[in-house]
Amino acid sequence: MVNAAKKIPVGAHYGWKDWLAQRVTAVIMLLFSIAIIGFFMLKGGVTFADWKELFRSQLFRILALMFLLSVYYHASIGIKDVLMDYIKPAGLRIGLQVAVLLFLLGCTIWSVTIIWGV
Amino acid sequence: MSSPQPASRQRPKYVDINLLHLPMPGLVSIFHRISGVAMFLFLIPAVLFVLQGTLGSEAGFNHWKSVFAHPFAKLILLGFVWCYMHHLFAGVRYLLLDVHVGVALEPARTSARVVLAAGLIATVLVGVRIW
Repeated sequence: MVNAAKKIPVGAHYGWKDWLAQRVTAVIMLLFSIAIIGFFMLKGGVTFADWKELFRSQLFRILALMFLLSVYYHASIGIKDVLMDYIKPAGLRIGLQVAVLLFLLGCTIWSVTIIWGV
Repeated sequence: MSSPQPASRQRPKYVDINLLHLPMPGLVSIFHRISGVAMFLFLIPAVLFVLQGTLGSEAGFNHWKSVFAHPFAKLILLGFVWCYMHHLFAGVRYLLLDVHVGVALEPARTSARVVLAAGLIATVLVGVRIW
């Protein structure tokens, strides 16, 4: 028998980091979204020269990468939650979680090469 | 966890998969989840692909411009605009609930309606703009 009194399920703070990270990344994405939607609404038609110039600004590059990293971190937590809810066999679930993380790591590297390759 | 419970294992299962039977906050929640998974699977790689193409060369930029001039591409784009905007508005609602704003039943139902409407209105606005 497990001694229920001794088992403190929140003792290791399981999950609070994910919970907080998901919210911090959400706010970063929200602010970036407002800025970028505002930019496109004010700008109207965007030419290739405008587009390239935007991505040549070091500040914009950093903000864009922060947004994308927030997307990937946010998605890794969200998809993990979804997999934990619906995929019961442990092996399959861990396999899928690893695939998700590798995919997002690949996206991170790809993002850097795109943004700094302009 | 793995203790055998033959009696409970054999109980009939009833899963109501009709989303329209959900209350408003439930609808917002399941759409939050579906839009999130859809964006993870399709929007993330698509955005990177288009970003790479449009920043790579002027020919690539013009190629994607002509692709997005196609009505079918616009329709797909609007689908993801809805995913993004619904996920965003529902997310703001959850952030407010986290700080105990609108937790009571009635405000929660009202804010759920507002979120559903805001996502649809934003999509329609973008649709009007690109058509």
